[in-house]
Amino acid sequence: MWPDEVFAVLKTFDVRQVAYVPDAGHARLIERARDDAAMRAVPLTTEEEGVAVLAGACLGGQRAVLLMQSSGVGNCINMLSLIRTCGFPFLALVTMRGEFGEFNGWQVPMGGASEAALRLMGIQVARADRAEDVGEVVEAAARMAYLGGAAMAVLFGQRLVGAKRFVE
Amino acid sequence: MSALLERRSVVARVLAGRRDLAVVGGLGAATYDIAAAGDHERNFYLWGAMGGAAMIGVGLALAQPGVPVLVITGDGEMLMGLGAFATIGAQCPGNLSLLVLDNGLYEETGAQQTHTALTTDLAAVARACGIADARVVTDDVALGGFAERVHRIGNAPSLAVAKIAPSSAPKVLPSRDGAWLRARMRGAFGYPAQ
Repeated sequence: MWPDEVFAVLKTFDVRQVAYVPDAGHARLIERARDDAAMRAVPLTTEEEGVAVLAGACLGGQRAVLLMQSSGVGNCINMLSLIRTCGFPFLALVTMRGEFGEFNGWQVPMGGASEAALRLMGIQVARADRAEDVGEVVEAAARMAYLGGAAMAVLFGQRLVGAKRFVE
Repeated sequence: MSALLERRSVVARVLAGRRDLAVVGGLGAATYDIAAAGDHERNFYLWGAMGGAAMIGVGLALAQPGVPVLVITGDGEMLMGLGAFATIGAQCPGNLSLLVLDNGLYEETGAQQTHTALTTDLAAVARACGIADARVVTDDVALGGFAERVHRIGNAPSLAVAKIAPSSAPKVLPSRDGAWLRARMRGAFGYPAQ
């Protein structure tokens, strides 16, 4: 499963703090992180907390990652000033809503703006829309963030994650 | 009713005799107070990212569990990141302390009232989020107790809300170079800049 490949990349890069606001698309990765003795899972009340956690982790010499869904991108905007101004490495893994087969129209405005919003704040954006691409794309982004000091987001397309099905 | 405390002396008292303590300062006057107490390679000052100070402290405290970490910020900055209390309660880092300098005002922007001047009790909010050791500090004795706690590693986080007077203390401006401040603190922990 592709979430296991993401987890393997995080282990390869010795990521020690996994900050997240849950999303169904991240459920397995969150579970893997919570079960790993060398990783600290940090559930958040809002995604911008996670931006600050990543900065603090870096100050203390640890690598961290932020997991969220696309609606959370909007919550992070001003806090991303911290990443840019201080040159913190940054890796966010974003499951997309509101872009492919989305039942819930409330997800569409932020989902549709997530990539542009990240770019406006100076975050480099990569996408994975097929399961076979996920490991390679996350590995490339992790390399840029943790070895190159870049600010990166990887968007996991809704076609990959699967649109939530509602029964009426 | 105690007289209100003077912010510079509160911060100077808490930081006095610091050894391995790492300090994160919230934007605005809290950062000036920390700088006034003496610049230090383990100080990280914020000039923006309002609402983020406490959570930077969390990431740092989790990364360096053997180092006491203190976040010093104002009531307005803390109110913007109130959810941090819930996250800190859940994580329970015993090496993290928070000092909120509470004047009930957004003093930087013209002394408008904050919610703490109206209805919000930050220490009570913190306690309700699981930060059991959350004190309101209104005198030197209570301040001394908190100052003693800050430099130790405990079993759970601690918080003090220091009731301070409005202040006209001159601004003491530390570096605004975020990349330099990042590299400096990492260097203090023995890590390369990046």
